[in-house]
Amino acid sequence: MEIKEWEEEEYFGIEICGDLDAASSIELDKTLEKVLKKEVKALLIDCQHLHYIASAGLGVFISYIEPFQEKSVFFCLYGLNDKVRDVFQILGLDKLLVIVDTKEDAKKRKNDSLL
Amino acid sequence: MIHYYKASCSRDNLKLIRKFVEAVLFEMPLGDIETNQLILAVDEVCANQIIHTYKCNPTKSIEIVIRDEAPNLVFEIINDEGSQFDLTGYQDPSLQNIVKERRKGGIGLMLVHKIMDKVEVDQQETKCTWRLVKKINPKVDIKANC
Repeated sequence: MEIKEWEEEEYFGIEICGDLDAASSIELDKTLEKVLKKEVKALLIDCQHLHYIASAGLGVFISYIEPFQEKSVFFCLYGLNDKVRDVFQILGLDKLLVIVDTKEDAKKRKNDSLL
Repeated sequence: MIHYYKASCSRDNLKLIRKFVEAVLFEMPLGDIETNQLILAVDEVCANQIIHTYKCNPTKSIEIVIRDEAPNLVFEIINDEGSQFDLTGYQDPSLQNIVKERRKGGIGLMLVHKIMDKVEVDQQETKCTWRLVKKINPKVDIKANC
């Protein structure tokens, strides 16, 4: 698994490539912890190349829902393939996290949240 | 048909276990999403055994057995330590509490229960077998038709 970071306008982004399982989720945790300490207003997570997610990966995302809310950081995942999206849906996490199809949708959702 | 795989208890071997399960399921009349769910359920139990039962000790190993007992698929994950986990007292935790408590763990077994039709733990003195059973309903979008 590889994590790439990018910045674009007011957005901070991370791209997750590969499998997010009990072995690799530690790296995602470290990345999100680092992002939490930055003065980031919007975090977009690119999942277009995320091939697989296990509970360890889901657990990392869950554990940052409240910390990002507390800091008023808009936190959105996009580009999930059908298999990965299904795993979020099994537990109803698609209702707790903002999940959209594309980066443009994510930016639009961020702008809508400001209205 | 019985399929068997043995893996040493390293987190990095989870990927190899998933590849084994995927290869076995490839020939079966399952859709991609159902295949991924079954791989996930086995991965969750194996991760639990490797990390919690064996503390990632690579000198220890677990065994995975997959049996086609039509219409059921049976997955067994076997360790030789026995398990301290009492499945009879298990209840799915509240997702809201997990979010509130910022917990990273606690949802693996919830996923396994939601995916599988039956989850059993057969605990004996010298070994413990997790048995996951899934009734297979052939799907229209089977790989053979792709």
